[in-house]
Order: sequence, then C-alpha cells, then structure tokens
Amino acid sequence: MDRATGITLRILRGHADLIILAVLILIVLPLMLDIFRLNLVGKYLTYAFVAVGIVLCWGYGGILSLGQGVFFGLGGYCMAMFLKLEASDPASTSIQSTPGIPDFMDWNQLTELPWFWEPFHSFAFTLFAVLAVPGILAFVVGLAMFKRRVGGVYFAIITQAVAAILSILIIGQQGYTGGVNGITDLKTLLGWDIRTDSARYALYFLNGALLLTVLVVARLIIGSKFGKLLVALRDREDRVRFSGYDVSNFKIFIFVVAAMMAAVGGAMFTLQVGFMSPSFVGVGPSIDMVVFAAVGGRMSPVGAVYGSLLVNWARTAFSESFPELWLLAMGAIFIGVVMLFPNGLAGMVDGMKGGFIRSTARLGGPTGASRGAPVPDQWPVGRPRAPTACERGALEPGGSVSVTGPSDHDLADRQGSLAH
Amino acid sequence: MEGLTLEEFGAILVMQGFNGLSYFCVLLLMALGLAIIFGQMGVINMAHGEFLTIGAYATFLLSWLSEHYAPWFMPYYFLLAVLLGFAAAFAVGHLTELALIRHLYRRPLDSLLATWGLALIMQQGFRSLFGAREVSATLPDWLLGSWQPVSGIDIPLNGLFVMALTMLLTAGVLILTYRSRWGLQMRATTQNRVMAGAVGIDTQQVDRFTFALGCGIAGVAGAAFTTIGSTGPTSGSLYIVDTFLVVVFGGAQSMLGTVASAFSIAQASSILEFFMTGSMAKVSVLLTIIVILMMRPEGLFRANVRR
Amino acid sequence: MDKRIVLAVEDLGVTFDGFKAVDGVNLYVEQDEMRVVIGPNGAGKTTLLDLICGRTRASSGSIRFLDRELTQIPEYRRVRLGVGRKFQNPSIYESLTVLENLEVSYPRGRTVFGSLAFKRTPEVLQRIEEVAAMVYLGDLLQVAAETLSHGQMQWLEIGMLLMQEPQLLMLDEPVAGMSVSERQATAELLQRICKGRSVVVIEHDMDFVRSIAHRVTVLHQGKVLAEGSMAKVQADPRVVEVYLGH
Repeated sequence: MDRATGITLRILRGHADLIILAVLILIVLPLMLDIFRLNLVGKYLTYAFVAVGIVLCWGYGGILSLGQGVFFGLGGYCMAMFLKLEASDPASTSIQSTPGIPDFMDWNQLTELPWFWEPFHSFAFTLFAVLAVPGILAFVVGLAMFKRRVGGVYFAIITQAVAAILSILIIGQQGYTGGVNGITDLKTLLGWDIRTDSARYALYFLNGALLLTVLVVARLIIGSKFGKLLVALRDREDRVRFSGYDVSNFKIFIFVVAAMMAAVGGAMFTLQVGFMSPSFVGVGPSIDMVVFAAVGGRMSPVGAVYGSLLVNWARTAFSESFPELWLLAMGAIFIGVVMLFPNGLAGMVDGMKGGFIRSTARLGGPTGASRGAPVPDQWPVGRPRAPTACERGALEPGGSVSVTGPSDHDLADRQGSLAH
Repeated sequence: MEGLTLEEFGAILVMQGFNGLSYFCVLLLMALGLAIIFGQMGVINMAHGEFLTIGAYATFLLSWLSEHYAPWFMPYYFLLAVLLGFAAAFAVGHLTELALIRHLYRRPLDSLLATWGLALIMQQGFRSLFGAREVSATLPDWLLGSWQPVSGIDIPLNGLFVMALTMLLTAGVLILTYRSRWGLQMRATTQNRVMAGAVGIDTQQVDRFTFALGCGIAGVAGAAFTTIGSTGPTSGSLYIVDTFLVVVFGGAQSMLGTVASAFSIAQASSILEFFMTGSMAKVSVLLTIIVILMMRPEGLFRANVRR
Repeated sequence: MDKRIVLAVEDLGVTFDGFKAVDGVNLYVEQDEMRVVIGPNGAGKTTLLDLICGRTRASSGSIRFLDRELTQIPEYRRVRLGVGRKFQNPSIYESLTVLENLEVSYPRGRTVFGSLAFKRTPEVLQRIEEVAAMVYLGDLLQVAAETLSHGQMQWLEIGMLLMQEPQLLMLDEPVAGMSVSERQATAELLQRICKGRSVVVIEHDMDFVRSIAHRVTVLHQGKVLAEGSMAKVQADPRVVEVYLGH
C-alpha cells in the first residue's frame, strides 16, 4: 500500500462516523422513504443544527443555554418574512383592504408595511439577516453576561428568560409577527414553488449538505487548540484565565457560532415545512433541544444528529398512537440521559466498541492523540469527554457530595458566577 | 387616561397595587422554596411549579368533596386545604428527593434537565388524573366579597387572606431557619457540607427535609393560587421562569433579597399591566430584570466574601 | 552589585467586609530570587498571591512588575506580561492529555482566531517535550491528566506555567500531598527554574522551605512580620511566638 492511500485510509477511518452519517442522510434515507416521510426527516434534521451548537456550547464549553430556540426561531422568522412578502404581492392580496401587505397585518388593521419588514424584500439581505440577527443577539447577550463572568446556572436562567420574552413578544405583537399562528401560507422562493415534491427533494438535499458542513465546522473547531481550550475552560476556568486567555471572548465566540448554526436550522425549517411560529421559540421547545444533544451524547456533534432524529421520530410515532404517553416518555428521556447515560448514544457506541477495538472513529473528533506523535497502544487514549455518572458522585450510595476532581466544575461555575 | 380624576386614578393605582400583592404572594412562596433548595443543595428544581399545582389540586379536591359530601364543612375546608396542600407537596417532595434529587447535588445544570423531565411527567400525571380542563375550587363565603376602607377602593378579602397566609409562612420559614435546630443544621450544611457531616449532622436527613419543606411551601402557594385563578395541569409551570428570575434577582442566598425582588417584580408587572397590554407589561418587566442583572449579576443583595 | 527588582509591592491592602486580609504589605523580589512566604493559616498568603495575579482586586497600594503598574490590568494581561501563578489545589485540565495540557499553555494562539488557526508545529512539540522532561513527565505525554498522581499533577501545573516562560512565578503550596522523594525532586526543580526569573513560593513545610528559600517573608494577620534569611527569621522572637512556636 503506498503512502498516499495510507493517509487517505487514515483520514477515512478518523471520520468514519461522519461518512456513515453522510451516506445515511444523502443516500439511504432518500432511497428508503417517500417524499412525505423524507420531508419529515428533513424537519427533524433542522433541529440537529441546534443540537450540534448545543454540543459545542454545553458539552465542550460547559455553557448551557436554555434559549437556543430563540436563535432557531429568529433564523426561521427572517426566512419566513422574505417568503411571506413574496407571497403577498398586490395581485394575490387584492381582496385585502390594504393589498400588498401580509394577510395577518391586514387582519390587524395595519395599513402599511412596518419598517423592519422592508429590507426583507431583498433575498440577499434575508440570507445575511438569517445569520446576522441571531448572531448579533447572541453576541450582545454573550458580551453582557460573559464579560461580567455570569455563567453556569445564571446563564441558563437568563437565556431561558430571553426565550420567554421573545415568545411573549411574538405572540403579543400579532400585527407585526402573525402572533401565535406564526407566519403561514408561504408559497414560493424567488418564484420557485417550494411546495412541490421536486422542490422538497431539492431542499432536503440542501439541508443535508448544510448540516454536514456544520458538522465539519464543528469538527474543525473541536480539533483545534480552540476546542481544547473550550474543554479546559469548562473544567478549570481560572486556570485558563491565568494562562493568559481572555476567557469571555472564547465563550462569546462559541455562543455566537451555536446561535448561527441554530439559525441556519431555523431558516431551513421554514423552507421545508412552509411556516414559522412562536411554538419553536419558547422555554419548553428550547429545553427540548438540549435533550436532543444529550440523547446523542453531549460531547458528540454526530451523536447530536442521531439524537435529534431519534427523539423527534419517537415524538411523531407516539403522537400518532399514544399522544398522552409522549410527555411521560420525554420526561423519562430527560431523567434517563442525566442519571443513567450522561454520554448518550455516543457513550454507548464507544462503550460497545471499547471492548474489541481501541476506538478509531472518535466521536469527539480527532484529538491531539491521533494527530501528534505516535501513540503506543497500552496508553489510555485521552480525549475530552464528559465526566461519567460515577465520577460525579451520581451513583454514590449515600448520595453525599465529594467536592473533588472533575465533579466540582459545576460547583465552581456556581461560585465563580456568584462572587467576584 | 382622560376622564379620570386624580382621586379615581389613585384608587386604581391602589387596587392595581393590591392585585400585584396576590401575585407577589404566589411568587414569594414559590421563590422561598426554590431559594432554600438552591442555596442548600445546588439543585435547580424546574419541577417546582408542579408542586404548586399539587397544592392547587389538593385544594380543589377538598373543595369538591366538601361541596358534595359535607356542605357543613364548606366554611372551614380552606384552612384544612392549606395544610393538605403543604402535606401533599411535602410528601411528594420527600419521595422526589429520595428517588432523584439526592443523585444531583451540586450539579445544577444536570439537576435542571432532570427536574424538567420530572415536570413533564407530573404535568401528564395531572392531566390523566384531573383532565386537561382547568378546574376551580369553590371558595367559602367568608373569602368572597371585599373590604372597603374608603369609598372607591375595593380590596378583595381572598387577597387579604392570602397576604396574611404568606406573611405567616414567611415568618415561619425565617424563624425555622434562624432559630431552630434544623435551621442551624441547614445553615451549617450550606456553608461547609463536609465539616457539618464531620460534627455529626446527618446531612442527608437535613437535605431531604429541606427539599421537602421547599416543596411543601410551594404546595401552600398552590392553595393560595386557587383563590386568584383556576387550576390546570400546567398552571404551576407558567410561574417557573418568573420565580427563577425572582431568586436570581434577589441574590441567590439572601431571604430578604428574595422578598424584595418578588415584591418589586410583582408590583411592576401589576402596575404596568394597567398602562399597556399584559404581554407588553410582562416583556418590559422581564427585560428590565435582565438588563439590571447584566449590570449587577450578583443580584440585589450579596455578601462581599472572598472566593 | 544589586540585582534588578522584578516585583515591587508597596503598601498593598485589601478589605473583605471590613476585614483586612492584607494590610499595608511591602515586598520586593529580585531577579533570580526564590522568595518563600510563610505564616499561620489566615495570615493572608494566598490573598497576597491573588492580589498580585489579579484574582482579587486591591483596595489600596501598588504592585509594580518590571516597572509596570499591575493593579488596573486585567488578569490575562498580567499573565501575558510574564506573571505566572500556580493554585493551591493542582489546577489542571483532567480530561486532556499531559501533552494537550502543555500545548494549551503555549503562549501563542491566545486569541479566539489565533487559537483556531494554531498549528502544532515541530517547535511547539519540541518545547513541550523540553518542559515535560524538566517536570519529570517526559514519558507520560500521552496520558490523560486525570490519571496522574497528586504529585505529578502539581508538576504538570508547574510545567504549564513554564510553557509561558514567566518572569515571575508564584507557587501556592507546591509540595502539598507529595511524598518525601517527590519533595526532593520538586526542590531540585525549583532550584533549576529560578534561574533567569523570580519565584515566590507559599509553603508550610519548614524543611522544604529551608532547602529552597533564598529569603523568607513572614506574614501575620495580613502584615509583614519579619523578613530575611531563614536563620534570621527563625531567630526572631516574634516569629517564634506567632508561628514556629506553635
């Protein structure tokens, strides 16, 4: 075997999980499912964009945001505003008292397009806004919180409040936002009817390709020194700060990246499903998105995709046959991933593989151990991972807390953010 | 605002302020329990609202039973309901601590997710038991009607009752914390868990009682809640975000701060609601809190200590 | 000939809720000097290091490092100027390998985009191996840091500081929890690393202090009680009274 083939093989093996996922999304599922089901899978995959961001923020950086639905929603709304304007041309809205504005505005006695809707006539601006609006909001929130060293629980609670605010605002201002129904009846994108089967296929593949791009970006970030710093500041924030890093900038950056990923998911949701509503923005849906990541494994971006697929598929399956059981199941999933499977699906796959193979396809992405000097076999391969339930004192019989080792980083979070 | 005399305007302000007081009572009772649990165990209990719901359903159940089987008991049932609400929430809280919470000490982010799961399960439980429709307890006659200190100002009696109940309970919690043996043990455990264990405090017992007590207080909040609104499976969860903001805004470990922040948040929302729509009032209050918290992340009250 | 003063702390004080944890402290540390700070519990030793590295803000006084005033500078900039600090409990990144621990401490790629673009070049690797060998971890580069012994974790943290090539190295109880042979090895390590820089050590173990200290500063109730050679300090009756006599 010549050298080049060797290197190619190694790269392939290092990213086997990503390649398998790509084959699944781009080849297997489209061949297996009819367009209705495939469109559904496409919808689930839009949540995976959020979940991948949560893995980066929470699994690696230790920053738990309970408001990721906000960014998903903002991305989705930006896209929906453009599509709605296109669907509201004067000809097709001629029966309204004010033709040329979206129908819900007319119902709410608006006679003029609000100023912030104007720029969404432009597709280029819309694409920019899909990333920029959530990105800027995340930057402002991140700047305000992280520069003042608010973290841990406080950050979670405040992002949750942001989610509550935005959903109340959207529902309350129906004249400008479509209210609780959201923005519906979206028809065409630059004249292209997005409701046809062929358009749905095209959008599904676009969505899949974007998701894989996001995964590659996530992998690049995790593999870089930045990725290691994220883990480092999750475990020992002070040590990172006293190694000469401005910790807050790192947190802001990853929070903005996660927000933008969520926003792309939101925009693709609007395109594939044909509407956007506040039901994706609020507190509940935002926390649900955390569980997609947790089910997949909080340290595994690829796992987050499987987690999103699995949980949402289960939700659909349950709602079709036993709707009353779904909340119970979802509740059990939340408790289960925290108490029993803190590393989620990825942890289970790793555990199974660990028996025979020294994990070649590392779910946490390529780490220094695989890129640096050759590693003798008997050394344990160090890769960033979430502390297991045992180590965190979860399974101690007495349940008493030992505030040592990796178990105390949550505590440190708490104190760190409390006192100065 | 035209057509209102200054007097009428003042009366409206007072009554609106009084409406805020009922909201303040529910917020305060919820936040007290939440703050104790967070301070003591580092656990974020997202299911705290569901313990309020337990208390509310307990009150409804008792009201329904009295109405149908013992009408003579109607005037008195509400007092028993307060106790029953407390007992039911306390008991469920005790079980929850045993089954779930004790594995989650000092892991606030994990506890947050697990208790959110618990909240979903409890909500479904309520729905299966009591149906999805909202129910209302029939209030005894003495809680209906209002008190008119001066003409033009009507202060509902149920609000007054809830006020009194809240003050009593808050005082009780303060006395328990600062004057009782349990309070001493709890404060010792909060400050230094290992040391508290070493000097013979059964920290596990203290934790379990503290968690159950916090839940019990939420149960009383539930009983109080039935006097101002009707109860549905998700009634309690509607309060959870507000309650957390109350706790954070008050400075996590200061009881005085919790009272002050519950008061200011409740009053601000109630008074703003008169000037704008309910949703905008809520948005303005939440936004203001967030902005203040960004400038002063440690909350209103905080001890200046070395890390 | 007088050596250059690297660190000049003057009239430094900090108050927590009316309690003066550090109260009017003066401290001058020279180039190549190894200074040990001792004192009973609660004397303000750790707080003094916290003040110098910026973990705690000073209420009064000045801290000059290589003729630059530090008190108003954020902590990460103080590190970049050359102030390194080891914490009392070994503070390392458990879930990374020894190599990654050292790599993350390498003083390049310290901004967000810098760290994204950072490449593990041969120079970086060479520097890591050099430092790892110095702190007795040369054979353990690929090991996950959480599997190290307590003493090795202390060394690793010292190694992480050395990666940054600080001019001033502050170590809070570097031999706590170490075996006798590890203590000896640490003493040798410290002797070696104080060449070309200044080192401030907080330590309780008097034998260890005797084996490394050039000069000793005794803190008591936030104030400097005595200063000088170990012999001189030990002979001081006030020091015997508050500290050594116990």
